[in-house]
Amino acid sequence: MSLELKAITKRFGPSEVLRGIDLALVPGSVTAFMGANGAGKSTLVRIIAGVHTATAGSMRLDGRTFAPTSPSDALRAGVVVVHQIINENVVLTMDVLENLMIDRLCAGGAPFFRRAAHRDAAQAMLDRIGLDVSLTAELGDLPPADRQMVAIARALAHDPKLLILDEPTSALSDTEAERLFTVIEGLRDQGVPILYISHRMGDIRRLADRIVTLRDGRITGDFVVPLDYDAAVRAMLGMALDDAAHARVPAGDPVLRIEGLPVLRGTAPLNLTLHEGEVTAIVGLVGAGKTELAETLYGQRRATGGRLTLDGAPYAPVHPSDAVGRGVFMAAEDRSGGSIVPDFDLSRNVTLPFLGAFSGLGLVRRGRERARAAEAIEGLGIVAQGPDDPIAALSGGNQQKVVLARWLTAPCRLLMLDEPFQGVDIAARRDIGHALRATAGGRATLILCADLDEALEVADRIIVLSHGAVVGEHSIGDLSRAAIVQQMSSAA
Amino acid sequence: MSDTATSPSRTGAAKPKADLRALAVRWGLIVLLVAMIAYFASAEPAFLSVRNLVIVLQSVSIVAILALGVTCTLVVGGFDLSIGSVAASALMAASYVMVVWEGGTLMAIAACLALGLAVGMVNGLLIVKLRVPDLLATLGTMFLLLGLQLIPTAGRSIATGMSLPDGTTAEGRFTAEFLALGRYRVWDTVPISVLVMLALAVAITIFLTFTRWGRVMYAIGSNPQAARLAGANVERYKIAAYMISGVCASIGGILLAARVGRGDVSSGNSLLLDAVAAALIGFAVFGAGKPNAIGTAIGALFVGLLLNGLTMMNAPYYTQDAIKGAVLVAALMFTFGLSVRKC
Repeated sequence: MSLELKAITKRFGPSEVLRGIDLALVPGSVTAFMGANGAGKSTLVRIIAGVHTATAGSMRLDGRTFAPTSPSDALRAGVVVVHQIINENVVLTMDVLENLMIDRLCAGGAPFFRRAAHRDAAQAMLDRIGLDVSLTAELGDLPPADRQMVAIARALAHDPKLLILDEPTSALSDTEAERLFTVIEGLRDQGVPILYISHRMGDIRRLADRIVTLRDGRITGDFVVPLDYDAAVRAMLGMALDDAAHARVPAGDPVLRIEGLPVLRGTAPLNLTLHEGEVTAIVGLVGAGKTELAETLYGQRRATGGRLTLDGAPYAPVHPSDAVGRGVFMAAEDRSGGSIVPDFDLSRNVTLPFLGAFSGLGLVRRGRERARAAEAIEGLGIVAQGPDDPIAALSGGNQQKVVLARWLTAPCRLLMLDEPFQGVDIAARRDIGHALRATAGGRATLILCADLDEALEVADRIIVLSHGAVVGEHSIGDLSRAAIVQQMSSAA
Repeated sequence: MSDTATSPSRTGAAKPKADLRALAVRWGLIVLLVAMIAYFASAEPAFLSVRNLVIVLQSVSIVAILALGVTCTLVVGGFDLSIGSVAASALMAASYVMVVWEGGTLMAIAACLALGLAVGMVNGLLIVKLRVPDLLATLGTMFLLLGLQLIPTAGRSIATGMSLPDGTTAEGRFTAEFLALGRYRVWDTVPISVLVMLALAVAITIFLTFTRWGRVMYAIGSNPQAARLAGANVERYKIAAYMISGVCASIGGILLAARVGRGDVSSGNSLLLDAVAAALIGFAVFGAGKPNAIGTAIGALFVGLLLNGLTMMNAPYYTQDAIKGAVLVAALMFTFGLSVRKC
């Protein structure tokens, strides 16, 4: 089975998003597809998946002309896509069995849905990827990682002839990702060509036997074993990333003291102090309690014990507005759900929490607001026409810069960023890291992320969290990756 | 730069048609409005007379006031179905205070406003604290009020001289000042209700568009979680929106009571649908694609002018609802069908 693309071009109005893509995907190979945000990856995937039609060019699947007119058309032909946004792959209000069977339900069959008739098939789908969840669990109650795995289980049940995975591991822990990789390798060995889109070098190193890079709508590199990763990154970005190493900044006065805080129900109390001027990264697997800790510090969940002290005074936020009032800011993990206001333009997204500072007598001063946004565009290198750009027109990395600009707008005591690099291309990630470090004086900064490389790029200090407890602390100057990884995966 | 800004995976927009389309979305309804006025004016010169325009404004004023209130709830992503029955209840309350309790003008007005605030707060609390979906919560209070307003008078309309359930006769009457709210005309032309409508339209426009509180309300309507995490007290804003809606509805009820001059149980039946239609038509004005006060006012005016013009041209009254419905459907097509899809 193979897919061949010939001179695929796609134009949206005046802008040419794909400028003649020639690509052949052959059986038995995992092709990593790399490209900065906005390079055209998603457009190409959507053309293969039948969401968009190419402006010019042709595709052949197994030697026969392939021109899907709809996603279901492509699916019938055996092209299976797992999309990046998890909640688009699953129905949150239905349980696992119903989610797994949804394609069959839509495909027709008996008018009555008998769960018993589908139980074995559904269980087999879960077993295939080694996912251990109850068939009756509602998707909305499952953590994102499990939702993603359910979506993948469902996709694999189509017996794909071509499998496309778009950032499948962004919500998965390392163990879960490893399980997925095993499944992918199994499919590869069965002769299914796989196109794997990811920003994570770790995934690519682990899985890919070929790397194709896309830049500005053109294929700029096609690498085969032995893979030259640095060359691939250069081809993707058109530049070599300099080494991110930075010196550790000496910590200032304590800003936030956490004493005896149980992060998760029934876990050991956590003690941690965050200092002024220091960037602390908390790393840990999905489920280690990173997000729960941040939510507690931000007033989204009540602390069930322990004591928080902010600048020497007791701190017990019960609502995010309390936290913001005390100068504790947080950029949530889920950027589109928790940070971005889709109907607002860029400038309004920047100023939202601090409208008081931009208004007189309650009336918002647009001029001041736009000036702040222009300053942010300049300072953070946001790719946009100007402050009035609709936020939805920006790529993921640029949206994340807008979120960062928002929280850099007002004086801050503690800035928390939960997975700030998720879905952010490497260049934007570098910009965000620089901006974080450049502004870190005068506040404490806390980054929560699952990816160790990302943490190393920005942090002065790495805290390893496992099951709600600190199991390791490392200073950026002298640390051993092996030790951190071992601590991360230790079951407490 | 260009590949990012127009990344199709995010906007899904095709550009060449988009310009024409954007133009249609932005100006379609206004063009339609102007064309309609021009047509009626040429067919019936009296259409543009001051007298007729005042009649139109007066006919839409109460609906527009209710619609401005419901716009505020739409802005925070909610919906208030109880406005019609709040207005009707306010009308009954004003009548009851003056006719049965023999109270004064201010007392009647205060009772109505308090009623509106209270219902708004109940709606807000149901939605925010008990997490009842907005449509259902306000549908519930709508039914409740429709029934409650009948109880004090055992289901009868309120007028001077009516006999009360306890056998006595109601001796009070509508005060002259209260009736003046419905009958007095500033400079002998402009009714008070029109002035109230204009004042509220300006005030709510300023509030929603230019103040920081209005800005936060739009943020809540667009992404409540993001607004919450940006430090907005979403719960309080939502309750406030329903209270504004309740107050607007009760103001509408006061003006209606002043106009009819009696506590008529069947008044205000069509207010809800007309007001909701005006607010939804408002989405299409200037291609806003979202609730906005100016659009709402223009939406109400649009319907009023259309009905007035058609009536002048002898269209039968029973076609009115069909016409309103058609306008609403057309406006919704402009807003949702033609506008650039957000994904």
